[in-house]
Amino acid sequence: MGLTNQSSGISLIRKKFNIEDNNKIVLALAGNPNTGKSTLFNHLTGLNQHTGNWPGKTVDNAQGFFTHNDKEYLIVDLPGIYSLLAKSKDEELARDFICFGSPEVTIVITDATCLERNLNLAIQVLEITNKVIICLNLMDEAERKGIKIDIKKLEKNLGVPVIPIIAREGIGVNKLLNAINDMVEEKIKLNPLRLKYDEFIEKTIKNIEKKLDNILDENFNKRWIALRLIDSDKSILKSINTILSNE
Amino acid sequence: MENKDSLSNIENLIYNGKDIGDGIVSSIYERAEKIYKEVVTNDTNNNNIESKLDNILTSKLFGYPIMILLLGIIFFITIQGANIPSEILSNLFFKIEDKLTYLFLNIFNAPDWIHGFFILGIYRTLAWVVSVMLPPMAIFFPLFTLLEDLGYLPRIAFNLDNAFRKSGTQGKQALTMSMGFGCNAAGIISTRIIDSPRERLIAIITNNFVPCNGRFPILIAISMIFLGVLSDNFSSLISTISVIIIILLGIIVTLLVSKLLSSTILKGVPSSFALELPPYRKPQIGKILIRSLLDRTLFVLSRAILIAAPAGGITWLVANITIGDATLLSILAGFLDPFGSLLGMDGMILLGFILGLPANEIVLPLIIMGYMSEGAMIEYENLSSLRTLLVDNGWTIITALNVMIFSLLHFPCGTTLLTIKKETKKWRWVVFTFLLTTCIAVGVTFITNLIYNLIF
Repeated sequence: MGLTNQSSGISLIRKKFNIEDNNKIVLALAGNPNTGKSTLFNHLTGLNQHTGNWPGKTVDNAQGFFTHNDKEYLIVDLPGIYSLLAKSKDEELARDFICFGSPEVTIVITDATCLERNLNLAIQVLEITNKVIICLNLMDEAERKGIKIDIKKLEKNLGVPVIPIIAREGIGVNKLLNAINDMVEEKIKLNPLRLKYDEFIEKTIKNIEKKLDNILDENFNKRWIALRLIDSDKSILKSINTILSNE
Repeated sequence: MENKDSLSNIENLIYNGKDIGDGIVSSIYERAEKIYKEVVTNDTNNNNIESKLDNILTSKLFGYPIMILLLGIIFFITIQGANIPSEILSNLFFKIEDKLTYLFLNIFNAPDWIHGFFILGIYRTLAWVVSVMLPPMAIFFPLFTLLEDLGYLPRIAFNLDNAFRKSGTQGKQALTMSMGFGCNAAGIISTRIIDSPRERLIAIITNNFVPCNGRFPILIAISMIFLGVLSDNFSSLISTISVIIIILLGIIVTLLVSKLLSSTILKGVPSSFALELPPYRKPQIGKILIRSLLDRTLFVLSRAILIAAPAGGITWLVANITIGDATLLSILAGFLDPFGSLLGMDGMILLGFILGLPANEIVLPLIIMGYMSEGAMIEYENLSSLRTLLVDNGWTIITALNVMIFSLLHFPCGTTLLTIKKETKKWRWVVFTFLLTTCIAVGVTFITNLIYNLIF
């Protein structure tokens, strides 16, 4: 990873997100509001965190550090969001970081008691990046409410690891850390879910992707950018523009 | 490797076909639903009281009626319960007034104007503020806090989301509007939760159309002493219904003005938001009582007293300073009178609203003060004699109704105006809100008065 980082200019992009330290493995923590994202963040990093502002924004940007298995990690707590369609400032920020900040692993924390809504975000994150771990939080509350989740089936559907946890009590966090470790070491076989859209959309995506090939290098997920362009999402252009103009 | 040219190239790729965005989003949602159904089994879902309750409370059919019914019950209890303590308090205060008058005039030999300023001005206004406002507040606030504590307010926002969306804004405005029932200044600060600057401005400008803690007592008091007595058997019911109608009117005006603003000077598409319905909670009765009585009742009351005391004194002065052979008060009220009667009210009422700018709590006491200091000083010792006082001063049903409507729609109080300045950073929006609300209040009362006069 170190090599690709230096060669690609990702470090420059990350600098835009106030990440100066390139020796640590960068993780992103995403999730709906009120899913226990900050609880997990605090549990992982303890007092080892600092908050600042996102570049040019007033939204808090919390970063924390921790060590596991002799690896040093830097974890970014993204704002709580429901989607990556960039309808709000928070969504735009989270999207930009997951897409352009190239975190080694993106952890999507979900609320086991209302999984359906949380899956929407998970699926959207999977469209951007392969390296995703889904965290099922609030398993105790789900159990209390009589909700049973077939973890194996969910893993098969999403094609990435799914780790049940109870963030409040720290249960399952070790499993999560091991999964992060394995993903960083590329020990996990990934088969992430990619939505197939209808024929017309797919054809349009292909066309735009081809054109994007001439403009953007391999660090950008062109299928996803094409998808956003089809959705006439102008904010993605602005983001690409700011990131390119600093190179 | 990249340059500006290539960027404009990308720009050309933006696809402008419609409906494709919807197609993408629905693909995502469908897949999420499919996976959810495959992996989650929910064996107690049907027994889940909470979701059952939510299904009823937020259903299309029952959502609104239940909302109105719950508010109705609260007002009914308030109005029914406030009558007697109000009488007791006003009796008590006016007995004390007699004693004080005796003390001032006969023991201290104080000059007439000192007695007038302190007793007839300040003390009497305070007595009215406390006896008219304290009982309804002490009953209403705990009940309203109970509703809050149960977690019902977010359900109100959920119910209203659709209506606000149709008005070109979003459901979060229902939440900030609900906050406005507590205090409009607080409601305006709470609009920070709205991301879109356009929708936030609309929420700020329209927040004043729901009655705050300071205005509820006026509405309740007038409905009690004036509208309630229309029928002997159903007095509390009529009062309740009239207060509910006023509140619904406030919500309707909120929606209409939002719609108007979002289709004229603040144009735009409503942004999406997801509202989480928090779990219902067991209310903590002790905490509710302390919080509502200390934080709300005493807070509102002390604010009212602080402002009412000097205002009462000043009103007495104004009523007793004579220019030529008329008092200053009658000159001012007389000046406003033609305009007031156009709106189905009178000059004294408008003067009360104007002098009540610092705090809406004191509008009614000011009006009463004005009436009392004008005519011969008759002893008014209970609420039914208060009604006599109002009737003697020409109040009819339309007067009472229009005072309530005007109180609901008129310019925000001083604190709220300053808050608007703080939040929008521009005086322009303060002036705009002031003018807009006042024009609407004038317009609506003018029309109701016109209709009333045409019919009767």
